[in-house]
Amino acid sequence: MAERSEEVKLLGMWASPFSRRVEIALTLKGLPYEFSEQDIANKSPLLLQSNPVHKMIPVLLHNGKPISESLVILEYIDDTWQHNQILPQDPYDKAIARFWARFVDEQIYVTAMKVVGKVGEERDAAVEATRDLLKLMEKELVGKDFLGGESLGFVDIVATLVAFWLMRTEEVVGVKVVPVEMFPEIHRWVKNLLDVDVIKKCIPPEGEHLNYIRARMDSLKLKSV
Amino acid sequence: MANEVILLYFWPSMFGMRTRMALREKGVEFDYKEEDLWNKSTLLLETNPVHKKIPVLIHNGKPVWSDKNPLLPSDPYQRAQARFWVDFIDKNMYDAQRKLWGTKGEEQETGKKEFIELLKTLESELGDKTYFGGDNFGYVDIGLIGFYSWFHAYEKYGNLNIESECPKLIAWAKTCMQRESVAKSLPDPEKVIEFVTEIRKKIMIE
Repeated sequence: MAERSEEVKLLGMWASPFSRRVEIALTLKGLPYEFSEQDIANKSPLLLQSNPVHKMIPVLLHNGKPISESLVILEYIDDTWQHNQILPQDPYDKAIARFWARFVDEQIYVTAMKVVGKVGEERDAAVEATRDLLKLMEKELVGKDFLGGESLGFVDIVATLVAFWLMRTEEVVGVKVVPVEMFPEIHRWVKNLLDVDVIKKCIPPEGEHLNYIRARMDSLKLKSV
Repeated sequence: MANEVILLYFWPSMFGMRTRMALREKGVEFDYKEEDLWNKSTLLLETNPVHKKIPVLIHNGKPVWSDKNPLLPSDPYQRAQARFWVDFIDKNMYDAQRKLWGTKGEEQETGKKEFIELLKTLESELGDKTYFGGDNFGYVDIGLIGFYSWFHAYEKYGNLNIESECPKLIAWAKTCMQRESVAKSLPDPEKVIEFVTEIRKKIMIE
């Protein structure tokens, strides 16, 4: 039961998939929150104070108490505001959902970053490796509208990283990492996501986002010269 | 109805140790099957086709690939803190300790510094509490204590003295070792040293 003086503040960054997933969760739960855009190059005292261990966004501040790490934050939101559950109730299903969330963050994300960060043969290898991981995700989607089943759930929210970051990077990098012929289920799932109002509302606007990715890639190239 | 619980594990793995401790803390009886990681069984490959890794818990025939979350506090904020610290351990400890016993020269020195820093961060989080969870043994304690069985190996190959760097953490570890679930689930440190010695022969040219 929310108290009248409930204060929810998110220290985040508009282009970060980790920050946006928290916004999706808060919006799904209908929770009002204050968003504070953080400058990663010039970290605020509040950010450093709230996450002294990692000094990273997102950080959720609930009545002043900080919670860090996006997956930890998502579970905290589900634990604290129990309506519109994001995680499944059944312990087995919950464990599987957690497994896939970690798979996205620890496997897909790490490998996909190499697609952006490397060139030539190393990039080709990274594309191969990312596709191998995505094939597992593709299998999970057969016969389902969402990774969570009939409706959007925890894994879908986490995997927006694939739908709206990895797949958007394709345009900038000039490589079709996730071609529709190889991944029809994933493409179908992305369409399903875009039909959900909360998702449409909470993902970064495409034009600005692509510009941002382009600018970041250019600056990475400059650094490696 | 009988509750059938089987654990597939590999005895030196700290991640397998967590699962054994959790089951014992909960008083769950289980069968276990030691896996040879260089020759994985059909059961392991079938139950964890994604990673082909241990530990795998099979509850009444259904595999659960990651260790379940036992012994978490009931308060959501404290749960979040507990999850945060185990996430911290997972992200950092394994790689740092690996450098400590698995590399030489500069890389090993870097690993040594990182490792001590990590332990000190954890020690400061522990503070004056008996356990990371406070008065009760819990999730973060289970997350970290497995590494303690490797400490003698780290000291031998990393050339350090952990107790002099982090006395409070060692005191915590000894308190944990008093628990039956922990004592039964952690391997003999001497065996771990033997294991590391063997692995080093395979991966390093002395």
